[in-house]
Amino acid sequence: MRAPRLLAAVLLTAAVAACSSSPDKAANDSKTVTLVTHESFAVSDGVLAAFQKQSGLTVKILRSGDAGAVVNKAVLSKGNPQGDVLFGVDNTFLSRAVDAGIFTAYQPVNIGNVPTALQQGTDGKATAVDYGDVCVNYDKAWFAGKKIAPPTSYADLIKPEYKDLLVVENPATSSPGLAFVLGSIAVQGEGGWTAYWEKLKANGALVVDGWEEAYQQRFTVGSQGKGNRPLVVSYASSPPAEVVYAEKKPTDAPSGVVTDTCFRQVEYAGLLDGAANPTGGKKLLDFLLSPPFQKDVPLQMFVWPSVTDTALPAEFTKYAALPTKPLTLPADQITKNREAWIDEWTQTVLR
Amino acid sequence: MDPDGAPLRTRLLALVPLAFLGVFFVYPVGTLVAIGLGFGEPIPGVPGGSLGDVGGVLWFTVWQAVASTVLTLVVALPGAAVLARFRLPFSGLVRALVTVPFVLPTVVVGAAFLALIGPDGLLGVELDRTVWAILAAHVFFNYAVVVRIVGSVWAQLDRRSVEAARVLGASRPRAFLRVTLPALRPAIAAASSVVFLFTFTSFGIVQILGGPSYATLEVEIYRRTVYLLDLSGAAVLSMVQFAAVAVLLAVDAALTGRQRAARLVPASPRSPRGFGEWAFVGVNLVVLVGLLLTPLAVLVERSFATSDGYGLTYWRALTSADASSVLPAPALETVGTSLRYAVTATLLALVVGICAAVVLTRPGRLRGAFGLLLMLPLGTSAVTVGFGFLVALDEPPLDLRDSALLVPFAQALVAVPFVVRAVLPVLRAIDNRLREAAAVLGTPPGRVWWRVDLPLVWRSLAAAAGFAFAISLGEFGATVFIARADNPTIPVAIAQLLGRPGEVNSGQAMALATILMVLCAASLIALDRLRPTGAGGEL
Repeated sequence: MRAPRLLAAVLLTAAVAACSSSPDKAANDSKTVTLVTHESFAVSDGVLAAFQKQSGLTVKILRSGDAGAVVNKAVLSKGNPQGDVLFGVDNTFLSRAVDAGIFTAYQPVNIGNVPTALQQGTDGKATAVDYGDVCVNYDKAWFAGKKIAPPTSYADLIKPEYKDLLVVENPATSSPGLAFVLGSIAVQGEGGWTAYWEKLKANGALVVDGWEEAYQQRFTVGSQGKGNRPLVVSYASSPPAEVVYAEKKPTDAPSGVVTDTCFRQVEYAGLLDGAANPTGGKKLLDFLLSPPFQKDVPLQMFVWPSVTDTALPAEFTKYAALPTKPLTLPADQITKNREAWIDEWTQTVLR
Repeated sequence: MDPDGAPLRTRLLALVPLAFLGVFFVYPVGTLVAIGLGFGEPIPGVPGGSLGDVGGVLWFTVWQAVASTVLTLVVALPGAAVLARFRLPFSGLVRALVTVPFVLPTVVVGAAFLALIGPDGLLGVELDRTVWAILAAHVFFNYAVVVRIVGSVWAQLDRRSVEAARVLGASRPRAFLRVTLPALRPAIAAASSVVFLFTFTSFGIVQILGGPSYATLEVEIYRRTVYLLDLSGAAVLSMVQFAAVAVLLAVDAALTGRQRAARLVPASPRSPRGFGEWAFVGVNLVVLVGLLLTPLAVLVERSFATSDGYGLTYWRALTSADASSVLPAPALETVGTSLRYAVTATLLALVVGICAAVVLTRPGRLRGAFGLLLMLPLGTSAVTVGFGFLVALDEPPLDLRDSALLVPFAQALVAVPFVVRAVLPVLRAIDNRLREAAAVLGTPPGRVWWRVDLPLVWRSLAAAAGFAFAISLGEFGATVFIARADNPTIPVAIAQLLGRPGEVNSGQAMALATILMVLCAASLIALDRLRPTGAGGEL
């Protein structure tokens, strides 16, 4: 019979494959340093190779999930971490990471050139590597075509001329969604923000669960006209990304940023407590603040480098709007209230 | 069968699935749930949350799953009949295409569905943000479950009993209700419980097409684990989900246990005859094209639709290692990664699943509990498994947290129940007298299985392997939570590309989705070819 013999061959191959591809055990020596990070971490091959050559270290990059998942996984494996350095905690999760004690203090070589405002709440245990802003983006062509001025503030968004135009993300499942809610709390105050959201909901704001859906499917620019929402909660760096990733480079970005709605997100890295290679980990943290990596940050991850006076690419200087006074909330206030705020928001907007 | 030799061999066979599930499911998930329920050391910085509206979430989860299952059966059973009974041109291709939705990441399927039922959708009715959209998408996803599980049995039903009933004067519907349906019932029950489990634990579909106002238990578990780190709330919800799965399987076992197994013969599809049969085939083809193939076609279309007409811009971008690329490697390299994982996971699932299915055909007191254990991974959130691996498999000899094997093991976990479900009805249907005859003639027991069971099971096995392969190819939830040092898999890469603005990124995502579809369809067609047409011909 042909079938059984084939099956036998297949099963035998399975056994051999299962036995031969054993996990690589060479990871835990002093020549390898492991970076634990989210799926969106990116660095140019050349920049990373230069660091490996100069330091004699091999960098192993372990990616999984998003910022929230990475922090929570690090908290769960505290004391026996998966790597030496963690990159990707943002300010909405910072105090959970710091309070749980997953980091040991380390001051990277270039820390003096990072603005102190970015280092707030880190307790010396985490290093700001980059920052960006979550802001309402608008479709320039859509507003020009309708001869309506784009909104300029949170207050504008509840006006009748912007009815049924905005798509926002659920703060319970999306990090820009949470930032936008935090921005509304920063503007309206702890007493007034739920009333604001009631009005926003009445004005037809569409809530979706993730940025991908909001931007790529509902936003008129991101969906190439298939969506019907010309306003979206996205990033200040989305317009330059539209230019960089355009099929044919346009002379102007198709979207703009409502700068008064921008809420600042800072992204941190830290040396993990219990790291197998702390010396290598420190070198890796130095590298994250070094000029080559910092210069690489904008076009790799579409955020701003944290070290002051790092040269920015033309796409950023030309198409990105960096608000002079972004909205912020103290990290410990966010941690203390995050769950309660999300619950209140859910009750107000979804139920 | 030799009554004395069986128990020990059965126990040895049972060790394979037990060891696999013990290490890669019970231990990690148990550890995480135990932490959540307050056993073991408390973790600093982990809040305890309120449970909120568990009752409401449970109620929605149950009723939408029941409705989706019934609807899927109504739509897919006629389709299964058409594909199983008639010899049609392209039926192999169609059989493969209906399974394609399985491998597609939900965010991509969501995009395709919005093109159909969203604002200005092709269908002209806006169902976006309604339960109807969720139900339609569930039918789209689970059509293949019914076609593959029920179809493989239907194709091999002994048609002579139907013919006998017709000769004795039974009308066609009556012959179907009294003869065919009872014979199919075990397979229908098996398919229904899989569909129910899938829709009960639906995650992406509910999120994207229903919007954030609809939440299943699975969505709540994800939210609490990933964003709130509320492990106690997640643990309670996981227990609720386990309990629901246990109830479902108890019902399932009670329904199928009393059935007399159907007699199976080699498949003999024929061409449709007469107006009635052609009309039946035609109606089902319309459903297939409208509901299943149109959303897929939309994705393919988008991969070619550039700003000035159709072109290959996005496809070319897949091979370039541009410095500004969103992915750590050229997108095309993700194909190799995905294939490697999927092949390993499929082989694992086959080995474990076949052992388990054979054990389940043998008498034994703990069979019910064993069957339940096999199905539980389907009723477990991917995030629970992913986080469970992290907290449990972290010390030698089981420090597997960043082992490349963890991904295929997690994928196999989800695929094993399919192998069991596809193979078991056929194994049960094999006339035990055949085995006895072989044993009487002096054939050793292992050889009896080889010469009697395997040739009959082969067809279902190929179906199961195809399924397992498709599932691991498209698996996203568990894969994304396991830290990996190598290139992303295709679904992870698609999510990455869709996570960055710019038409080149979304265009590449659509092109990768198309590749995923083609890979899935091609491998399923190849598996169907592998199956010798005369399987079981020794009867």
